[in-house]
Amino acid sequence: MIAHAIFFYFFSVIAVVSAIMVTVSKNTVHSVFFLILDFISISCLFIMIGAEFLGMIMLIVYVGAVAVLFLFVVMMLNVAQQKNQWFVSKDSSRHIPIGLLISVIIFFELIIVIGGWKYKPDLFNSAKSSLENGVSNTHSLGQVLYTDYIHVFQISGMILLIAMIGAIVLTFRQREGVKKQSYLKQISRERTEGVEVLEVASNKGVKIDD
Amino acid sequence: MEYLNIIFQESYKILFLLVPVLVSVAMIVWLDRRVWAFVQKRQGPNVVGPFGLLQSLADALKYIFKEIIIPASSNKVIFILAPIITMTLALIAWAVIPFGVEQVLADINVGILYIFAVSSLGVYGIIMGGWASNSKYPFLGAIRSAAQMVSYEVSIGIIIINVLLCVGSLNLNDIVIAQKEMWFVIPLFPMFVIFFISALAETNRPPFDLPEAEAELVAGYQTEYSGMMYAMFWLGEYANILLMCALGSILFLGGWLSPIDLYPFNLIPGAFWLIFKILFLFILFALVKAIVPRYRYDQLMRLGWKIFLPLSLTYVVLTASYLFYFNLLPTI
Repeated sequence: MIAHAIFFYFFSVIAVVSAIMVTVSKNTVHSVFFLILDFISISCLFIMIGAEFLGMIMLIVYVGAVAVLFLFVVMMLNVAQQKNQWFVSKDSSRHIPIGLLISVIIFFELIIVIGGWKYKPDLFNSAKSSLENGVSNTHSLGQVLYTDYIHVFQISGMILLIAMIGAIVLTFRQREGVKKQSYLKQISRERTEGVEVLEVASNKGVKIDD
Repeated sequence: MEYLNIIFQESYKILFLLVPVLVSVAMIVWLDRRVWAFVQKRQGPNVVGPFGLLQSLADALKYIFKEIIIPASSNKVIFILAPIITMTLALIAWAVIPFGVEQVLADINVGILYIFAVSSLGVYGIIMGGWASNSKYPFLGAIRSAAQMVSYEVSIGIIIINVLLCVGSLNLNDIVIAQKEMWFVIPLFPMFVIFFISALAETNRPPFDLPEAEAELVAGYQTEYSGMMYAMFWLGEYANILLMCALGSILFLGGWLSPIDLYPFNLIPGAFWLIFKILFLFILFALVKAIVPRYRYDQLMRLGWKIFLPLSLTYVVLTASYLFYFNLLPTI
């Protein structure tokens, strides 16, 4: 048990400290790196409570894909500079009430969830979805997701799909004068189309390219 | 006392795995150069030691004694962390590779997801190196490689789903044992080809070595690195290539199973067969490097998103419907 406790406190201290560093650190890229550290230690905590599938999915989806895109955007857009300008200007104070409201709501939601789980354990009926012996984490998760909650699961998939299409529609623009390559055209090109043999009269030359 | 005993035993096992992996990484670099030279009718490294076998050791010695230069305008902590991360991630993935029924360091339930997660983390070594160098070419290389590795991970993930549909377990040993009747390379041959090409792109091998395209970007994300730090990038890259070969042989070529389940072949230990298959795939990797010219960046992205993704998704549907129709879906 002692080893378990040592590992738990090791990972949770890293998770909390890096979460604080995300908001505190001056350099935006450093913030993203701390966010990644946070994700990794949280997935270690997931693995420690036996939710190995969730931990691995957390690593693959958040660290392997989402955080890469974060880094991408932060590195490309030079966010640090804009942030400094934004803090100086008066625009920043207008957003503070909204931010406060959202954070208060999130805080109360957390309190309700944690308090309910602590003082009224029968509220969530977790006995029904308890792990059977001999069935791995992944199997039981799949059995619950694809039978009891199949509609919720499919709806969440549809929402993600709609979000993706929306992002594409928002950023898509038709540009004029962009040269495109048609692979079919390139492959099906014949010698007769590409090369023309001309009789060139001396001292007159020939007109090419119109 | 008991804890100490466990720690001692485990570190003994880890050493027993890591030392052969590191030595074989050094040897594989030599093999790569020899195959490359053989295709181009050259000799390749053949001076140091018998057949030039000690060439990699000589190179390593040279790297150790070179000075490590850290650029003045770089972000020093991240600059030093980047090669360490690349190397560590390339090595920790070997923990779950099974060399036999019992010969595996960590026989975890989600082995394949673990390998997939670690290989998707591999992009951070490159991004951190490219960004911390604070210079144009490394940054461009890092951006390219981030996009490239994220794109090809998608198709590798879907190919893995294909295999998992036939197995019904995420454990690597179960995947190998499920191929006792027939290797998955036969029913899933198109997926094997796509996996091979995606693995080339995932490990930044030619023809997809755009992150370090020397004609455009000097050496990509490695431009500012020197000495031992460069060598660590280099070792990590080759360890990753070996890992992808191991993954390919476990998913499609039957892992440690012998090709013929008859008397004289059964005596050979499974580890030998796995190493043999890894070497076979690696020689294919080396041949591709020698034969194929480099892709252009837009062609690379087109191949990943517009060809491999739909193809592998269609194959998932086909595999699933075939298994469902003939009632072949694996039970728990």
